[in-house]
Amino acid sequence: MPEPGVLEALRGYGGPELRFMEVCGTHTAAIFRHGIRSMISPSLRLVSGPGCPVCVTPAAYIDRAVELALEPGVTLATFGDMMKVPGSRVSLDEAKGEGARVMLMYAPGEALAQARAHPERQYVVAAVGFETTAPVYALALEQIRREGLRNVRLLTALRRVIPVLRYVCDTDSGIHGFLAPGHVSTVIGADAFRPLARRYGRPFVVAGFGGEDILRALYALLRLARSGRADVLNAYPAAVRREGNPAALGCVEKYFTAGAAEWRGMGEIPNSGYYLREEYREYDAGSRASGAGASPEPGGEPAGCKCGEVILGRITPPECPLFRGACTPLRARGPCMVSAEGTCGIWYRYAPRRAAAGGGAG
Amino acid sequence: MRITMAHGGGGQETRELVTDLFQRRLNNEFLARMEDAAVLPRPEHPIAMSTDTFVVTPPEFPGGDIGKLAVCGTVNDLWMSGARPLYLAAGFVLQTGLESSLLERVVDSMAEAARAAGVNIVAGDTKVVENMGDDPAGLFINTAGIGCRCWEITPGAVNARAGDAVVLSGPLGNHQAAVLSRRLGLVNAITSDCADLGPPAEALLSGGVRLRALRDVTRGGLATVLNEIAVAAGLRIEAEEKEIPVDGEVEKFCGLLGLDPLYMANEGKFVCVVAAADTEKTLALLRAFPLGARAARVGWVQAPPAADADLPGAEPPVILRTALGGRRILDALYGEGLPRIC
Repeated sequence: MPEPGVLEALRGYGGPELRFMEVCGTHTAAIFRHGIRSMISPSLRLVSGPGCPVCVTPAAYIDRAVELALEPGVTLATFGDMMKVPGSRVSLDEAKGEGARVMLMYAPGEALAQARAHPERQYVVAAVGFETTAPVYALALEQIRREGLRNVRLLTALRRVIPVLRYVCDTDSGIHGFLAPGHVSTVIGADAFRPLARRYGRPFVVAGFGGEDILRALYALLRLARSGRADVLNAYPAAVRREGNPAALGCVEKYFTAGAAEWRGMGEIPNSGYYLREEYREYDAGSRASGAGASPEPGGEPAGCKCGEVILGRITPPECPLFRGACTPLRARGPCMVSAEGTCGIWYRYAPRRAAAGGGAG
Repeated sequence: MRITMAHGGGGQETRELVTDLFQRRLNNEFLARMEDAAVLPRPEHPIAMSTDTFVVTPPEFPGGDIGKLAVCGTVNDLWMSGARPLYLAAGFVLQTGLESSLLERVVDSMAEAARAAGVNIVAGDTKVVENMGDDPAGLFINTAGIGCRCWEITPGAVNARAGDAVVLSGPLGNHQAAVLSRRLGLVNAITSDCADLGPPAEALLSGGVRLRALRDVTRGGLATVLNEIAVAAGLRIEAEEKEIPVDGEVEKFCGLLGLDPLYMANEGKFVCVVAAADTEKTLALLRAFPLGARAARVGWVQAPPAADADLPGAEPPVILRTALGGRRILDALYGEGLPRIC
C-alpha cells in the first residue's frame, strides 16, 4: 500500500476536474488491471495517450509489410500485436490467407535464427516501437552485421515520444499533467521531459508500473497540478535515471537518425520517427516510403474510426460510434482495438459495458 | 530415422510403425486385437465421452510433452464431468521429417501417463502430412476418451448457487510460461503443471463435500473459466486477487512479457464450486495432494449480476477485487494472450 494519505487525497479530491494523460499503453493497462479508476475521485480523469506503438502505426506501413510478405522468397517477422492491424487493403493476418509468409516473433533474435537456417530466403523484421524497443533493433543490426547475414532487413516504424507529446501539447487537448512512460524513460531519462514541462507549463511524473507506483505518481501529479508547478518528478528512480541510458541511446544513435513520421490519425509529425542512417540503407526494406509523406489514400482509414482522437485523449473509446459495435477485438476496425496495449482494446476488456461516456467510469 | 510419406501410406512402412513403435509401447488386451474398432465391455454406469486435440510447440517442454498432455488433457476433461476415465483412442498426425526418436519418446510418455491414470489406449490411427513450413517437423495428437459416471454427483456450472465458495487447486500460469520460455530460449526453473487431476478430483467426488461444479483451468485461464461458470449459472462471481496463488518465478516471467497469469493456460489445475460451509473440508481434501498443496478459496458466488456502485452501468458476470483494493471487471479472454512490444 502507498504511504498514508495518498489514497485519501486521490479519493477525496473535490476540486475542479483535472485531466491527466497516461502516455504509455502499459500504464493504461495497469490502471485498469489494478482497478485504480474505482479508487480515485471522479473529478480526476485519466486519459490515454499516444504511447501504443501498434495503434499509431499508419496503414501505409501495414501495406508495405503486406507487400513484402507476399513477395516470393520473403518471410516477414513481426510481433503478434501487428497481425490484425488493418492496412488500407488487408491486415497481415488476412494476407496470410493470400499466401503471405509471416512469422510471429517474441524477439528479433528468432528471425535472425531463421535467417541463419534458411540463407535462401529473405527475412524482413517489422521493427515497430518507441525508444524502449529501438535499442533492441539496433543490437539486432549490430549482430546482423557482425555475422554478415545478407538476408535480413528491417522495415521500421520507430517512434519518438517527446515530439508527439509536443504535438499533444500544441493541439491543446486540455491535459493538466502527464504520467510519463516508465519504460521509455529508462532510455531517454527523466530530464528529457523538462523542456516540455517548461514550455507548456504542465507537470510530468515518471511512473513505474505497479499499482502502488501509479497511485504515488498520480498523487504527485495532483499536488503539482494543484500548486501550478510545472515540474518533472522521477517517481520511478529504481529504473529511471535523469540522463537515461547513454549506452542504449548511443547504440540507437549509431544506426538511426530522427525524421518526420506519419502517426495514425494524427498525420505527419516532425522529428517523431527513427530511420536507419544512410550508411545502413542496405538493411532497410523501404521504411522511409511507408513512414512519412505516405498519407493513406482516402478510404485507407476505416470509415467512422476515431482512433486519432482517442490517441490524442480527446475522446474516450465509448465515445467512438464504432466501439463495441462494428469494432471489437475479434473484428477490429481501428488499431487502438487491436493491440493488447491499445486504449480501445483495454477499455473493451476492462471497462463497464454501458458506461456513461467519459474518463471517470471504469 | 525420419518420418516419410510412406509411413502414412498404409503399406509395409505403416505396418512397421504401428506395430514396432505404437503397439509395442501402448499394448493392452483391447489394442492387441488390432481390429478396425475396439470392442469394450459395457460399463455399469452412464458413460461420459470427450475429445481434445493437441498441437503444442515445442512438443517437449519442461515438465512434460505432447504425449503426456494428450493423455492428461482428455482424462482431466472426463474427471471434470464426474466420470472415471476408462479408455482412450489416439489419432496422430505426423509431419514428414519428424525424428522417430522424438515420436518414440512421446509415445513412451503417453504409455506412462495412461498407466498412471489407469486408462487403456484401445484404438489408434496415424496419418502423415508434408511439412511445408520453416519450422522443424512436428506432430499433432487427438485423443478421445470414455469414462463412467460412477458417483451420484453430477458436477456442472448450472448447479452453482449464490453464497457458494470458489476454490482453485493451485498456482496459475506454469504451463504457458514453461512452453513460452522454451520457445523463446529463456532459461528459468519454470516447469509445466501438466498432470492427471484424477486423484484430487476423486477425493472431492468421494469426500462428501457438496460439490456443485468442477472445471479444469486450461486455455483462457482462470478469468475465462470463472466467466463461463458465472454465465452458465446466471450468477455473479467475485474473485479476490490476493488469494489467487501464482509462483514467484511465473509472476516475474509474466511481468517481463506483459502477460497476465489470470489468462494463462494451465494443464494441471482446476476450479471447484462448493457449498460455502464445505470450504475448509474441500481445502483439506485438496491439500493432501502435492498438486493441491496451495489450494485456496479465490472467490465466491453471488446473486445475479446487477448494477454496481464502483462500476457504473456494468452488470459484469465476474468482478475482481484487486490486491491494491480496487475493483474491476474480470472479462473472458479475447483473442490470444500476446506479449507486449513496448
